[in-house]
Amino acid sequence: MPPSLALRMNHALPVEHRERLLRVGREVSFPQGARLFEEGGHADRFWIIRAGTAALDMHVPGRRPPVIETLGIGDLVGWSWLYEPYVWQLGAEALTPLTAYEFDAVAVRLMCLNDPEFGRAVEHWVGRVLAHRLNAARARLVDLYGIYETKEPR
Amino acid sequence: MIAVPVPHRVVARQPETADTVTLCLEPVGAALPEFAPGQFAMVHSFGRGEIPVSVSSVQATGGLAHTIRSVGAVSDGLCAMRVGDVVGLRGPYGNTWELVRAYGCDVLVVAGGIGLAPLRPLILSALAEPEAYRRVNVLVGARTPGDLIARQEIESWPTAFTGVTVDQPDADWRGDVGVVTQLLGRAQFEPDDTWAFVCGPEPMIRAAARELAQRGVRRDRVRVSLERNMRCATGHCGHCQLGPLLLCQVGPVVNWAQAEPLLSVREL
Repeated sequence: MPPSLALRMNHALPVEHRERLLRVGREVSFPQGARLFEEGGHADRFWIIRAGTAALDMHVPGRRPPVIETLGIGDLVGWSWLYEPYVWQLGAEALTPLTAYEFDAVAVRLMCLNDPEFGRAVEHWVGRVLAHRLNAARARLVDLYGIYETKEPR
Repeated sequence: MIAVPVPHRVVARQPETADTVTLCLEPVGAALPEFAPGQFAMVHSFGRGEIPVSVSSVQATGGLAHTIRSVGAVSDGLCAMRVGDVVGLRGPYGNTWELVRAYGCDVLVVAGGIGLAPLRPLILSALAEPEAYRRVNVLVGARTPGDLIARQEIESWPTAFTGVTVDQPDADWRGDVGVVTQLLGRAQFEPDDTWAFVCGPEPMIRAAARELAQRGVRRDRVRVSLERNMRCATGHCGHCQLGPLLLCQVGPVVNWAQAEPLLSVREL
């Protein structure tokens, strides 16, 4: 399965786990410019985008938060809810009008605790999202700092 | 094929970014044979040397456009050219994108930075024949908004989907931020009936081609343009050799089925 498809919940989770997860989700919408969460805040929810674009940003004192990455349809918004200390590492804002499935973090963590198989599937899914974003960040570092342009003769 | 530089006059100079310009050239005397999208010329800056540059526009008059980024002595000299100056051109060299093979299929163009320049004539050709190609998608990535070439033109292309993303946004940027492959999820294409054309920095080419192949696009339908050290451009010097391929002869456009195993060999 292509890496980016494997990150989507509807591909990453087996049907029974996906349906269980969706049963505890609710549909929400955000107007353009709405803040989903702030860096340093308590990570008590997460979202899967159904339509629109969200921007992950970083707090820089005295400046407009620089956008780190944008997320689109099918993408997971937020992973800090799964790992202690459950604190958002970045902020998030709706770049366009946004609709999403919203999940209560405590409820989902409890489901993971009570059903280890479900928990493993969710952790595997979120772990792959993290790995993909780490790889993308590394690729952008190479692009920005031009490591490939400093090739020396072997 | 002509092996000595043929004088061409700069008839227009379009700054694209802080370090990139497009030079429109017309032959001073006899024109070179007609170039096709994907091919390149050896562009000679008199007194400095010559570099390979893909065509970014081909005119019926025999005129050409080359988009050049200033990264060394020769390209610095070319970027500093003014209207009326004369450069030398050899060519055409190399193969073409072979867009015609995508007839009736979805077309997916993935460009990184200045890699959009060689793809531009392909995009325009595909859009000029809407009945020939099903859905044309253009995905563009750049380091910063200031590094985007043909920015306004991109917005005017009547594609099924056009996505632009940058690594490092500025304060005015309201578009996507991230790697260009993240745009694939929004492109409109049927993987098993798609031809993809990819050009840009090699890490980006590899990431895009792998993702396309994993999504189900046939490897022999993913066409990538590889940049190597072209010197003679006539297959004699061997500087552009990639394993068994002399890229100035059988490239620069290679299908991913050929390129993937070669690009994974460390010694190459």
